[in-house]
Amino acid sequence: MAETVEIRWHGRGGQGTVTAAKVLADACLSGGRHVQAFPEYGPERAGAPLRAYNRISSKPLRMHCPVTKPNIVAVVDATLLDSIDVTEGAPDDAIFVVNTGKEPSEIRQKMKLKDTQKVYTVDATKIALETIGRPLPNSCMLGALAKASGLVDLDTLLEDVKGSFGSKFSEKIITANLEATRRGYEEVKEG
Amino acid sequence: MGKVLAVTGNQAIAEAMRQINPDVCAAYPITPSTEVMQRFAAFVADGKVDTELVTVESEHSAMSACIGASAAGGRVMTATSSQGLALMWEMLHIASGMRMPIVMTLVNRALSAPINIHGDHSDGMGARDCGWVQLWSENGQEAYDNLIQAIRIAEHEDVRLPAMVNMDGFIISHSIESMEFLPDDVVKDFIGEYKPKNPLLDIENPVTMGPLVLPDYFMEFKRQQHEAMLHVKDVVLEVAKEFEKVSGRSYGLFEAYRLDDAELAIVVLNSAAGTCKDVIDEYRDRGIKVGLLKPRLFRPFPYEEVAEALSGVKVIGVLDRAESFGGFGPMYMEIASAMMTNGSKPIMINKIYGLGGRDFMPEHAAMVIDELKEIAETGKVKLYKDYLGVRE
Repeated sequence: MAETVEIRWHGRGGQGTVTAAKVLADACLSGGRHVQAFPEYGPERAGAPLRAYNRISSKPLRMHCPVTKPNIVAVVDATLLDSIDVTEGAPDDAIFVVNTGKEPSEIRQKMKLKDTQKVYTVDATKIALETIGRPLPNSCMLGALAKASGLVDLDTLLEDVKGSFGSKFSEKIITANLEATRRGYEEVKEG
Repeated sequence: MGKVLAVTGNQAIAEAMRQINPDVCAAYPITPSTEVMQRFAAFVADGKVDTELVTVESEHSAMSACIGASAAGGRVMTATSSQGLALMWEMLHIASGMRMPIVMTLVNRALSAPINIHGDHSDGMGARDCGWVQLWSENGQEAYDNLIQAIRIAEHEDVRLPAMVNMDGFIISHSIESMEFLPDDVVKDFIGEYKPKNPLLDIENPVTMGPLVLPDYFMEFKRQQHEAMLHVKDVVLEVAKEFEKVSGRSYGLFEAYRLDDAELAIVVLNSAAGTCKDVIDEYRDRGIKVGLLKPRLFRPFPYEEVAEALSGVKVIGVLDRAESFGGFGPMYMEIASAMMTNGSKPIMINKIYGLGGRDFMPEHAAMVIDELKEIAETGKVKLYKDYLGVRE
């Protein structure tokens, strides 16, 4: 792992993208790493495009500004690919994790990615409907991102998903989110 | 060794307040400081603190209640932002004039109009002359550490003044970062028990507070307030030394970063300082002698110490996240005053940045260093006061 990993999340209001960034930060605390998680504060309304960011590093984090050269880009809503350039600023070795039922090769072509950039896909919305019963792709995307990036192992991530949902939600919802996270980790496809 | 957690800046402040366990807290919510009181109110409701929480109808009333509680003999805290601080205005002067060691967190936010909820330093800088001790914080860790130390500073026998701890709205208050908390008993021992002076509730020894003072003695009151402020520097350093023993984290009047042999320097407060430090490292790798000075104690301002730290520097770029319309930014004025105390005459430029939460990016820091370098080489200044990242 590079000394510092910077992540940019693209989602729409109401999909739990900001929560996902927060849970990832918590999960990455293991091993004495330094973490940041913060959203971009704009007009906050359901359905509006939004960004959230993570920095994870072996050294103290001092930078306090949005991530403009993301090592990892997570696209929580694939309809954003038509309206936003999610590849902006991404370096040649960037990793993209996209919530879509399409094959990685098709997405690679659509996004016009460089050969050196990696793309992973997972049908997070479908998995969310099957597990949680609602189109909330964040837990599943967390699992997929953990696998694609190697930043955190599945057990640690599951612990943190449980911890962050634990105080607010019923046992049934927590179990469903854990299942969605696990399936995201296991079903994400590289291409 | 404390616990390392990933929390927002506001959470860190609320946690410090839980550990401090003040007698009274009076507050009115305002973005971006709302989460501080929201979390603290939960601690009160859950019985985790002994605090009397007074929910009032405005910030003016919040500060009034704080003053009353402090005069009665309590350890008192509150938090606010922006318009909330502006509405407290007249009471801020009364808190300091009556020498009430109230400790407040100010989550920095722009002042209206136009309305804007994001981070800049207009609120804190506007309160410069209110007689409050001001500490500024780069991140949640520093805000937490400063708040705990502020209790000791404000209540110190030689000081007895209110203190405010500043941190950037949203950029810090709403961002999650990993930081280390001290154990509860360590904080409790560090701040010690509050010993009020001449409290109103000591009915055996009645006192008068806040009386009318005419021209015959008013100036003596004000001069003594200034003298109390002059004691603050030593107390800040003494408290910081003790704090380092329990936390392992060291604090001074300001932070000097790679400044020893620097020919160029940036002076900047709070969160932007962190971004600047990363950029300075890149320039240092290329052999450019640039450093940074980040003030921590802004009131009282440590003029001689700052001048000494910057005395070898040829060109200084002072960054202000607040406007003084028609004047230089407030930090520039302080640094210019400081440099008059030791006769070194660097060239100084002023950049206004980040108003209303405008992002301060590494590119902005790089632009400033490039300009400082050019000035050092040519001796020519294009504009003494200019803006960073304005879209026009």
